[in-house]
Amino acid sequence: MGVLKEFWHRLGSPRWFYAISGPWAVAFGLLAAALLLVGCVWGLGFAPPDYQQGNSFRIIYVHVPTAIVAQSAYMVMGAAGLILLVWRMKLADMALACIVPFGMSMTALALFTGAVWGKPTWGAWWVWDARTTSMLVLLFLYIGLYALRQAIPREETASRACAVLAVVGMINIPIIKYSVDWWLTLHQPATFTLTEPPSMPPEMWLPLALNVVGVYCLFAANLLGRLRVEILRRESGTSWVQQLVRSNPA
Amino acid sequence: MNPKRRARLATILFLVVGAGITVGLVLYALNENINLFYPPDQIVSGAAPVDAQIRAGGMVRDGSVARGEELSVEFVLTDYQGSDFTVRYSGILPDLFREGQGILVRGRLDAQGVFQAQEVLAKHDENYMPPELAGMHTAPVSDGP
Repeated sequence: MGVLKEFWHRLGSPRWFYAISGPWAVAFGLLAAALLLVGCVWGLGFAPPDYQQGNSFRIIYVHVPTAIVAQSAYMVMGAAGLILLVWRMKLADMALACIVPFGMSMTALALFTGAVWGKPTWGAWWVWDARTTSMLVLLFLYIGLYALRQAIPREETASRACAVLAVVGMINIPIIKYSVDWWLTLHQPATFTLTEPPSMPPEMWLPLALNVVGVYCLFAANLLGRLRVEILRRESGTSWVQQLVRSNPA
Repeated sequence: MNPKRRARLATILFLVVGAGITVGLVLYALNENINLFYPPDQIVSGAAPVDAQIRAGGMVRDGSVARGEELSVEFVLTDYQGSDFTVRYSGILPDLFREGQGILVRGRLDAQGVFQAQEVLAKHDENYMPPELAGMHTAPVSDGP
């Protein structure tokens, strides 16, 4: 408990976070590159085709990881929003701002790959069922968060408005997750669940698992990298940043 | 946690729970409209509107697919629990269309209880397997031209 509490207090200092996060960003980046390379080559090139869908099933190796991480990124953002509103932690607001572009791209990629997959299997690019519509709402939430921050000039007001939107938008996450169970949809139920073994053989789900872990590492690397830049930008008036710049002339 | 933070946390929880209940009630009220299609028992029992643009879904009953002239085709959708209805369609069927497959049709239910489809979509499940494994417990599927 003591270690966690100390870590929590230290998170209040962007300078401390900047100092420790460099190696982590690199490590996550390398791990992501390795996992995604192996996962994609294995999944797209060597995994067996599906007995019904043939090769078009391979879109799963991009579609499922991006869709999962898009929702996880939103949950991290919701948590950051809550921390900002209750504890007023500067780093939480920076995290909130830094996650938006990544989450937005992942949601867009999941929707795009879903459409490309839908055409050969369902017979339609887009269907307004509960899963696809709630995922589209997630994309609009990301776009809304991006626009809201740009629209409010005063940084503190902007950060609180974004935090409220991020926290309230969390309601959409269980709707996405359970949409295929609560309503009749064209989208099939979840491929991966924590409670049951995967509904496909290992040579099909192993590359998918690698890509899922890989895309989480990519998320961590992207978030840490962006956070480090954001810390320098926002703290550019402080003496530690100026000292850092003076000791490392570009 | 100091009282100020506790008050802020309470405000946010109140906001989120309130918004959550509102969204929940709206979704509950719109339940019928969020369902993308009518299952076979609602088509058979008359719960689905006649002569209105709707979607219906079910499994293609084994041995029910009858091809007519040119692209016209007739098949029976079932829930395997006693509710069946006939679908008439003229056009290209999706690649995944086969007997035992989940299918979604968009069109109108006529007065005789026959569904006149304008669009046929295939629904697939979350089970994926390689072709050699699939042959072990289901009959080989002929994909012939």
